[in-house]
Amino acid sequence: MADTTILEKDLHGAHAHGEHGHDDHDHHGDRYQSAFIDNYMFSMDHKTIAKQFLITGMFWAIIGAAMSIIFRLQLGFPGADMSWLQPLLGGWINIDPATGTGTLSQEFYYALVTMHGTIIVFFVLTAGLSGTFSNLLIPLQIGARDMASPLMNMLSYWFFFLSGLVMFISLFLNTGPFSGGWTAYPPLSELPQASDGSKAGATMWIMSLVLFVVSVLLGGINYITTVLNMRTKGMSMFRLPLTIWAFLVTAIIGLLSFPVLASGFFMVMLDRTLGTSFFLNEIYIADTALTERVGGSAILYQHLFWFLGHPEVYIIILPAMGIVSEVLATHARKPIFGYKAMVFSILAIAFLSFIVWAHHMFMTGMNPFISNIFVIFTLIIAVPSAVKVFNWIATVWGGAVRFNSAMLFSLGFVSMFISGGLTGIFLGNAAIDIQQHDTYFVVAHFHIVMGVAAFFGMYAGVYHWFPRMYGRFMNEFLGKLHFWGTMIGAYCVFGPMHYLGMAGVPRRYYSFETFNAFSEFDAMNQFITIAAIITFFFQILFVVNFFYSIYKGKKQTEMNPWEATTLEWTAPIHAGHGNWEGAIPHVHRWPYDLSRYEDREFIPQTEPLKEGEKDGGH
Amino acid sequence: MEIFIGFLCAVLLTVLLVQIAKARELATAVRADHNEEYEVNKLQAGMGVVFMVLFLVACVVSFIYYAPYVLGWGVNTAASEHGPMVDSLFNTTLLVTSIVFFATQFALFWFAWQYRGRKGHKAIYWSHNDQLEMVWMIVPAVVMTFLVVQGLQAWNTIMVDEGDHDIEIEATGYQFAWEIRYPGRDNMLGTKDFRKIGGKNTLGQDWTDAKNIDDVVASDIYLPVGKKIRVRITAKDVLHNFYLPQFRVKMDAVPGMPTYFIFTPTVTTDSMRRRLSASPDWQVADKQDDTKKRYETFDYELACAELCGKGHYSMRRVIKIVSQEEYEAWLDKQEANSTYMSIVRNLTDEEKAKGKVEDPFASTTKGELLFEKLVAIKDRVNTQLKSLNDALIVAKKAKNAAEVTKIEAAIVAMQAQQRIARITNNLEEANTAEREANRIASQVMQANLTTTDNAVIDSTAVPLDSTANKIQ
Repeated sequence: MADTTILEKDLHGAHAHGEHGHDDHDHHGDRYQSAFIDNYMFSMDHKTIAKQFLITGMFWAIIGAAMSIIFRLQLGFPGADMSWLQPLLGGWINIDPATGTGTLSQEFYYALVTMHGTIIVFFVLTAGLSGTFSNLLIPLQIGARDMASPLMNMLSYWFFFLSGLVMFISLFLNTGPFSGGWTAYPPLSELPQASDGSKAGATMWIMSLVLFVVSVLLGGINYITTVLNMRTKGMSMFRLPLTIWAFLVTAIIGLLSFPVLASGFFMVMLDRTLGTSFFLNEIYIADTALTERVGGSAILYQHLFWFLGHPEVYIIILPAMGIVSEVLATHARKPIFGYKAMVFSILAIAFLSFIVWAHHMFMTGMNPFISNIFVIFTLIIAVPSAVKVFNWIATVWGGAVRFNSAMLFSLGFVSMFISGGLTGIFLGNAAIDIQQHDTYFVVAHFHIVMGVAAFFGMYAGVYHWFPRMYGRFMNEFLGKLHFWGTMIGAYCVFGPMHYLGMAGVPRRYYSFETFNAFSEFDAMNQFITIAAIITFFFQILFVVNFFYSIYKGKKQTEMNPWEATTLEWTAPIHAGHGNWEGAIPHVHRWPYDLSRYEDREFIPQTEPLKEGEKDGGH
Repeated sequence: MEIFIGFLCAVLLTVLLVQIAKARELATAVRADHNEEYEVNKLQAGMGVVFMVLFLVACVVSFIYYAPYVLGWGVNTAASEHGPMVDSLFNTTLLVTSIVFFATQFALFWFAWQYRGRKGHKAIYWSHNDQLEMVWMIVPAVVMTFLVVQGLQAWNTIMVDEGDHDIEIEATGYQFAWEIRYPGRDNMLGTKDFRKIGGKNTLGQDWTDAKNIDDVVASDIYLPVGKKIRVRITAKDVLHNFYLPQFRVKMDAVPGMPTYFIFTPTVTTDSMRRRLSASPDWQVADKQDDTKKRYETFDYELACAELCGKGHYSMRRVIKIVSQEEYEAWLDKQEANSTYMSIVRNLTDEEKAKGKVEDPFASTTKGELLFEKLVAIKDRVNTQLKSLNDALIVAKKAKNAAEVTKIEAAIVAMQAQQRIARITNNLEEANTAEREANRIASQVMQANLTTTDNAVIDSTAVPLDSTANKIQ
């Protein structure tokens, strides 16, 4: 392995950098070309690509969250004057000529809801989370100079960028962006007659997401190849930090499920443009019977969509779980409890994630008796999830916990994952889903378990690895403020929604006034909106802290500021492309030798086992 | 303006916080105090515990406050036969998950506090414990098995479709409303074809199918209490979802693929209003009408629960659950407006030509269709019953006890015939019912004639019909 490592290093150098070595630590990329373009734009350094993913993800997160604030205003303060938003939203605010009051157009409300979902799920929590940390940590934590294919890695980012660009342009279309929900169920998403958003907006939405799938696949192939082939000497699979296990499994899930989504999108595209009828049957719309468009099945699309859609939520949450496991162990100064159980539960969750997709479809007209099998598998997922939660709590137990922002967000993650995970037990049971399906109970459930929790994982990662990225620390005071604001705020936003859901209030309603049964909760809706605005403010605080700290943050002086055991902290503070000066470090022990001996609080993975010492975790 | 000030405040606050943050960072660097880290741990861990306590208390308090809206509680009790199954499963799950929720949230923040980093405190090295991990794998597995078994039993009981329903109605969703079709007296929905949709034939009913002749697309939705109802759910344009919150009914409406949901309403609209009037939570003013209490205007509602476009939130219909008698009387009134009759059969030739309406039964003389005959018989029986009722009023006015008893008995007998005439699809049966009705009527009327001698002369002078009109 030692030989192959050197070989790999040389090959690498030859490919990415010509004659140029990696050994001087303070340089970025190639000397002899335009510095900015190569260093910051078309860089093939995984660390730079990680930053690109992160900052692009942050850009989208702000847009996605701001959209949610606008539609929350509509829900919390129905009938309030929105004419002040006209400079921003233009024609989407309808001004009553008599009174001058502005109201949000219904079409645009649904466009906002759709864009919010799409942006947060794909651009922020898939690309921004997995893209950032897989890129940053895989080579650094397994001891590789870069990804297996830095070129593909760069392309992965640029396809993501392109995908975002197409989506961004679609926001400015005359007929508005796509408005058929992030799930894009046909026939609504296929028939321009059905909705303005299903005109050019839907075409661009699908184009954007097909580009996104390309990005995910380019990245995923790379992550898998790198983890399997480029581990340094001594880094056996069971010496991988849990982050890497999570990223590896995430990439495998993505590789297996995203193509299915793409195939579904291609069929939608064919239906939209070439007059096929994969998902259309017996439709009468706009005073016309679509007599040529028969024989398809709208349910088929849902199967294709959720075959990705469900694994997608694990694509989102697994990296967060990996990050949290790592951060919890490091800052509790204790090995992660039950390392192997954690690995096997990641694998179990990944496997199960492929055979539960139809639990999103209990009430969509799928044969109800097929649901039986999906109920069983869905509730089985609770078992590995419970194991993970108990193991995290056991990791905290007996530790010497450092309460910095990264650790706080990790604890917050566990709290959110518990709260949101438990409500999944209701929804996974088809009989309860009859009532709870497509109500605010679902909104509360998935926002807490895969929205807020994944964000917490991401924040934990950013605070923890910020020094690794920028050689500086993020401000702790603002970090803690950000944590408490977000923790309390998020529970205030999504906690009350459980009661809305229990009362049967359906999601995706522009207004609750039409129904007696749903119009009882004005005060609660106002409360939620106000909480959402305040929570949003705390996220802006994070963004301010982030960019402030890049330039003015406290400088990192020690190579291993958290006294962690893993390899990324053995590389120089401002590591160049290639990560380590000289030879790549070798690994001799598992990544969680924390507080193992009275006199040693941590033992890095690079330290050889002592005479007669057994590797930990077995 | 307020909005602008709000933005300005937010910006200023951010600047202020950044300045504080900067100052604190500098101060820490200057002090270089190692114990400061422990102080921070103590503060943050303490805040964690405080947060945990407040959070859990807030959960309990808010639950008590919103308890009336929880499934199976307060005003949110189910009004269908299978509803309580859903509700009890929900509550069982709620109980189980609440225990786990409280225990784990407590443990998480409490351990974090207890094991915060402090001077001289060292973490223990505890990498795994197979027995313990086995326990917390097996316990959730057992609990899940329990919930799965209960859940699947309920699910399969609810979703089973054995064809033993009493009535099948059809709900068709379109942008942005519902159309509800009743099967009429043959209790069978006629075939339809989306290619035939046009003009007033909004569902594309195929008139060559005799089952369609008596189908009614009703403007209200009435359903009888205690009867098993199968809803055939379809859509015309995009996906919709047939959602009856109070009945725990929800199913997507898919164009070209009928789905179903079978349920039995157990509480009439009136008794639900009475039940709610007893609940303190609904003693509030009605939103639409200040003079009324909220429960007085309570109605069961039909909503759409699958995103279908910009009017998704507005697809409301009211559902009235009534007694079997009221339901039959309502249906009786609808029958005259059977869709076929009103948009095809009863049109003049000019209207037919203008609207390009084709009547497959055009060659049959008016009044000769089986359905027309049945309706005519039913109308005649209804008239008989009405005259009996009129006679009863007269007898009551005359305080003729023996007469009243007799007519009342006749009315009961007549009502039985009316029921047959209302629901039968068999001409023989209808004719028999009419003959029987005539017989009952003639008996009473004859008796009436023999007793007129004793009666006040005025009452016979006034025609029965006009008396009835006055009273109405």
